[in-house]
Amino acid sequence: MALTLLTVFAAAVLTHNMALTYLLGMCPFISLSRSLRTASGMGIAVVFVVTLTAIINWPIYNLILVPTGTELIYYIVFIIVIAASVQLVEMIMERFFPPLQAAFGIFLPLITVNCIVLAVSLFMVIREYNYLTTVVFAFGSAVGWTIAIVIVAAINEKLRLIADIPKGMTGPGIIMVILGIIALSFLGFAGVVNL
Amino acid sequence: MTIKDLKKTESFNAFMNGLWRDHPIFSLILGICSALAVSNRVENALAMGAGVTFVLLATALIISSLRNLVPMRVRIITYMITIASFVIIVDKFLKAYFPTISESIGPYVGLIITNCIIMGRAEAFYIQNKLGKSVMDALGNGLGYTFTLTVIAVVRELLGFGTILGFTVMPEGFTPWVVMAMAPGAFFVLALFIWISRTITGMESK
Repeated sequence: MALTLLTVFAAAVLTHNMALTYLLGMCPFISLSRSLRTASGMGIAVVFVVTLTAIINWPIYNLILVPTGTELIYYIVFIIVIAASVQLVEMIMERFFPPLQAAFGIFLPLITVNCIVLAVSLFMVIREYNYLTTVVFAFGSAVGWTIAIVIVAAINEKLRLIADIPKGMTGPGIIMVILGIIALSFLGFAGVVNL
Repeated sequence: MTIKDLKKTESFNAFMNGLWRDHPIFSLILGICSALAVSNRVENALAMGAGVTFVLLATALIISSLRNLVPMRVRIITYMITIASFVIIVDKFLKAYFPTISESIGPYVGLIITNCIIMGRAEAFYIQNKLGKSVMDALGNGLGYTFTLTVIAVVRELLGFGTILGFTVMPEGFTPWVVMAMAPGAFFVLALFIWISRTITGMESK
């Protein structure tokens, strides 16, 4: 059991990385990966929200939707759960942890429309994970995504200082090239774990 | 009405803005999320493009008709429920009539919900504009999205598998560029696409 969980975690971080293998959650890469600080702030917020929504969505799907035969509407249910929990987290943070709110509160509204939050819930349904595996998978996916955005931001930050990038390639273009090269290097992990 | 007159109409402008000028991927580079992963085969790209166009059109229709009835405070959740409902229709339709495509696009159909283009257009355009204009905008945006995705998919399928829409087009002895069919290929082709389209349109970087 512990080995299965470890495999799922390693696969989500390295070989089946949300950003580099499934190409998900690209919007923040383009808008936020200019500085290491904002990228890591967004990363922490994503890890938190993704894990939280997976914890909430699994029981809703398996204990409410499946027994009542209403799996059809799971897209609607998931997106509302995500929007509501993001809102809730924002309110709790504002009330009890103002410094935390100041540090990455601005990223929270953006997360609602970040694909990886919904994607983790959809993968959980397709792959028929059990509860514990789902939580580990969600956490691993978010950590993998965060690693990717932090690497890209760090490279991009330095590149903007020293590199002479062609005019049409500045901004999103060069981020895609960086992502491509990192995705290539992550292919080196192939075979480390098998799902 | 001559073409010259047509060019001055608001609907035509809304359509052209979506298709070329304010193009989602050309300038805003939104909606990339769900676009890239399915761009390794042309048929997947076409199916995805058709799905997004349908959802955009339906959302434009609903949101634009209801724009005077929806209270400002609950508009975002209205967009979400509208979009999610139509995505369910697209998902079920693909499962019923194109099971192979549905299997290979998998969860990416569901991710149309979080596609920034649809939400972005609903907030920026459909909630404030008349029905006709909104539908034209949706059509332009949908076709522009499909066009971009298909261009990327043609390059990737041609180099990655040597085929287009499943038909072999490359001469015998052609070695497929395996990396094109995998994730890094998508990033490189998109980067080139951005570079070329920006150079042609002479757009400033933001």
